[in-house]
Amino acid sequence: MKGEMRKGIKHQTFNIKHVTFNIKHLTKVMIEDIVKEKLGNRVLNWEKKNERRYYIEIQKENLQESVGILFRDLGLRFSIASGVDIIDNFEILYHFSSDHEDKFFSLRVKINKENPEVPSISGIITAAKWIEREIWELLGINFVGHPGLKRLLLAEDWPEGVCPLRKDYNKNV
Amino acid sequence: MKTIIPVGPYHPLQEEPEFFELEVEGERVTKLNINIGYNHRGIEKLSEGMHFDQVTFLVERICGICSTSHPFAYVQAVEDLAGIKVPLRAKYIRCIIGELERIHSHLLWLGLAGHFIGYNTLWMWAWKYRETVLDLCEQISGNRNHYAMLRIGGVRRDILNKELNELKEKTSTLIPAINMFKGAAMDDPVIGARTKGVGVLTKKQAIDYCVVGPTARASGIDIDVRRDSPHNSAYGLVEWNVPVLEDGDVFAKVVVRILEMLESVKIITQSLDRLRDLKEGEIWNEVREIPSGEGIGTYEAPRGEVFHYVRSDGGNTPFRHKIRAPSYVNILSNEVAVVGGDVADACITLAAVDPCYCCTDRIQAVEDGKVKYNWKQLLQLSQEKTERIRKCYENYKR
Repeated sequence: MKGEMRKGIKHQTFNIKHVTFNIKHLTKVMIEDIVKEKLGNRVLNWEKKNERRYYIEIQKENLQESVGILFRDLGLRFSIASGVDIIDNFEILYHFSSDHEDKFFSLRVKINKENPEVPSISGIITAAKWIEREIWELLGINFVGHPGLKRLLLAEDWPEGVCPLRKDYNKNV
Repeated sequence: MKTIIPVGPYHPLQEEPEFFELEVEGERVTKLNINIGYNHRGIEKLSEGMHFDQVTFLVERICGICSTSHPFAYVQAVEDLAGIKVPLRAKYIRCIIGELERIHSHLLWLGLAGHFIGYNTLWMWAWKYRETVLDLCEQISGNRNHYAMLRIGGVRRDILNKELNELKEKTSTLIPAINMFKGAAMDDPVIGARTKGVGVLTKKQAIDYCVVGPTARASGIDIDVRRDSPHNSAYGLVEWNVPVLEDGDVFAKVVVRILEMLESVKIITQSLDRLRDLKEGEIWNEVREIPSGEGIGTYEAPRGEVFHYVRSDGGNTPFRHKIRAPSYVNILSNEVAVVGGDVADACITLAAVDPCYCCTDRIQAVEDGKVKYNWKQLLQLSQEKTERIRKCYENYKR
């Protein structure tokens, strides 16, 4: 059996703290710079929340390309997507984790409410199959190109077209 | 000829409703359809109507087995949102309770895995030693499960310095037990025959399905949130290792979990030692209000990365709260792990990702057709037991 124990502490620290700091910055290109460069002019808005969290707004036409860059080319792990009803629009955030650098890159896509549609990414990332079904039933956003858009969590007798995570959902109706 | 074998939604081998549809040709599984949603309680929606502090205890109810992991990730998300720092003592206490939970969860899984392959001795032994861990949890938090230890900005209960020695002694009794399981699982020819080369998830598949936790680490993916993102917890301050195996079969998953338990004991003993030098009572930084914004929090649950996303509009309640439990991605990977194997192996393969059985039933004692204890009496019984354990520890001197 092959296998090994990896060190629990991430960076081996030397005695002089600022030296490590300098070496790290001199020898290593930071992952956020690579992401920024690779995504290029697809980025509408680059928001740095703190050292570890980046929110990148893109247009939904560029979604599949951008997801391909992050997942296939850069090897980031797709953590999950989260749909939000922000009253004027819908918003879907695709959270990508760069595990060893301890950073999250969240692609933000705005979707208008009249025609809630977004291209499916489950062809690129198999793991996105379930979450797209979930967002579809809970928020009513259509994923174009999804192979089997059917209910995941809601019961079969749940009324058609009622989306419980929308802000205008009324539980008494 | 194609036959369909339905497993679930309610099945004697499953503790939780979930529907697996196995398509088989002869003995060979050719396809697996998974249906979930039989246990959907709408927690994300409930969370939008609760105060930020209340949500900590709501998410604890998602699962009885990993009941610290969800609050851990949630408070991390809110602390990320508002930029809150946590006192050092609270960091160590967080680690202690999180690791105790990991040991009890892994022992529970080990027992169930033994049960699924018909090795009931392993089941009995694993659950026997799990009691020790639950007693430790009860002594620290007052509860066997649902510890309610975490809060935004720190922890709710302190561990008394005078109790540290006893806790440490009791924890160290776990090492020979875990070593016994290590020997039993690794050398036993029956376990080897039932698990080696069974339900293989290759590294490529593991990346495609974005699996997390022991499932990923058994397939050669070196990720662990505790090591990679040790913010607001003490994992970066103690010495421990991350076991990673390459084979991807059920056996590798067994070994990863057993080795992880030993690492957890290391973390607990070191954390208990460090608590001695820190002042009692400094366990919480007061949090006045949560500003508007968004935050992401992750924690390595026993089954893998728990993900919480919290957005606030400046009010008292979360505007949106997204929760992703590790089993959400791990269960889907069964689609490929089961295919190509025998029907008889499907059971252990499906169980190997440790699907989270989020039902912890409450006991009802019935004698001669009448309910023996009412709710108040049960509560009193349980409080008396906690007291007994505490007394027992006080007298516990070798």
